[in-house]
Amino acid sequence: MNDITPSQTVGPFFKYGLTPVGQYDWNDAFTNNLVTPDVSGDRIRIEGRVFDGDGVPVPDCMLEIWQADSQGRFADPKDKRALPNAKFRGFGRCGTDANGTFAFDTIMPGQVADPDGKPQAPHILLAVFARGMLRHFYTRIYFGGEAANEGDPVLALVPADRRATLIAAREPGNGSAVYRLDLRLQGDNETVFFDI
Amino acid sequence: MTFVYPVASNKAHPAPLSPDYKSSIKRAPNRPLIPMRHTLSEFTGPVYGHETVRAGDADLTTQHKGEPLGERIIVHGHVLDEDGRGVPNTLLEIWQANACGRYIHVRDQHPAPLDPNFTGAGRAQTDAAGYYKFITIKPGAYPWGNHHNAWRPAHIHFSVFGHAFISRLVTQMYFPGDPLFAFDPIFNSVPDEKARALMVSSFDLENTQPEWALCYRFDIVLRGKNATPMENAQ
Repeated sequence: MNDITPSQTVGPFFKYGLTPVGQYDWNDAFTNNLVTPDVSGDRIRIEGRVFDGDGVPVPDCMLEIWQADSQGRFADPKDKRALPNAKFRGFGRCGTDANGTFAFDTIMPGQVADPDGKPQAPHILLAVFARGMLRHFYTRIYFGGEAANEGDPVLALVPADRRATLIAAREPGNGSAVYRLDLRLQGDNETVFFDI
Repeated sequence: MTFVYPVASNKAHPAPLSPDYKSSIKRAPNRPLIPMRHTLSEFTGPVYGHETVRAGDADLTTQHKGEPLGERIIVHGHVLDEDGRGVPNTLLEIWQANACGRYIHVRDQHPAPLDPNFTGAGRAQTDAAGYYKFITIKPGAYPWGNHHNAWRPAHIHFSVFGHAFISRLVTQMYFPGDPLFAFDPIFNSVPDEKARALMVSSFDLENTQPEWALCYRFDIVLRGKNATPMENAQ
């Protein structure tokens, strides 16, 4: 049994290495656009901002998402149902801008079973990294208006008055769905993070 | 092989709030984390393809027209799971300051020169045994505004994936014997001395290349262990 290597903060200067997006002399391994030409499913955009305990936007935060495809399958051989020709990879990365803003273009995930075989509501895993965070923390993005949220076994573990911090609200309008979710690292309405 | 990810392993990490590191005061989550069972969402993860690791990405000294200034070094090691098995084909991303302690990031205002021949970003994938290797320049120490006369010990930032989304790790690799260790609140945010030592590379004379470069070894242990460790012991 080996002890794991401790985490350290990403610090303030990760951008040129991890999220250069054309600003630096380096290429991106990952982007915030998960939509591949062949992907099936409903296209959605998730937008939001990240705030610290004083309500100040966090401009040096990095967010990573991991999600199933529209059929609830993961692009990982550990999911035995995964289709070998599926191009959708389910992983995205986005750095916040000077206003603490982030956005992901993706598709609505399908339902994934919990260990008892019970369906979970559609959700996306979200890892939050930032200067000032000595390790990253995990939360989930759920979607407002989904009937399955009511029976979701993970949401049920969260005190009712904190559940809203996990549920992205659908913005009014036609066309591709836009969902909004702000993250609060601390303070009133602090985002729920999971002990996983 | 089926992996499990004991939550207890996370105790190796710093507490979120580490008041000597001032940036943590307003950014550390204060509310208790909510326990939950791992589902398929947690123990799957991006199985990273090799396609965006380009030839030469692991050699930070050959990314420009000329060679960067500073002390050329080799940094190598294995990415391991909690049972000590190599993690194959996983992505490592590194970023660092140059030999003068200056990052190319636009917000780094340290009055030390940039090096036109050094970006400071690298990428590699482990081989089938979990082994990786970078060639780079030893980064310099640099001042920061955390407290009076605050200097970060020289370090290289490492970002690693592993078998699952919950084995993800971002850490910093330090160099042995750095006199700044005792004064650095980020290094000391890990309270246990033995755990801190896991972030410090070791000098590797055996793999130092004569007339060319010193070598440092840095093994990284990620979450994940065999779910049935006794299966061969009966």
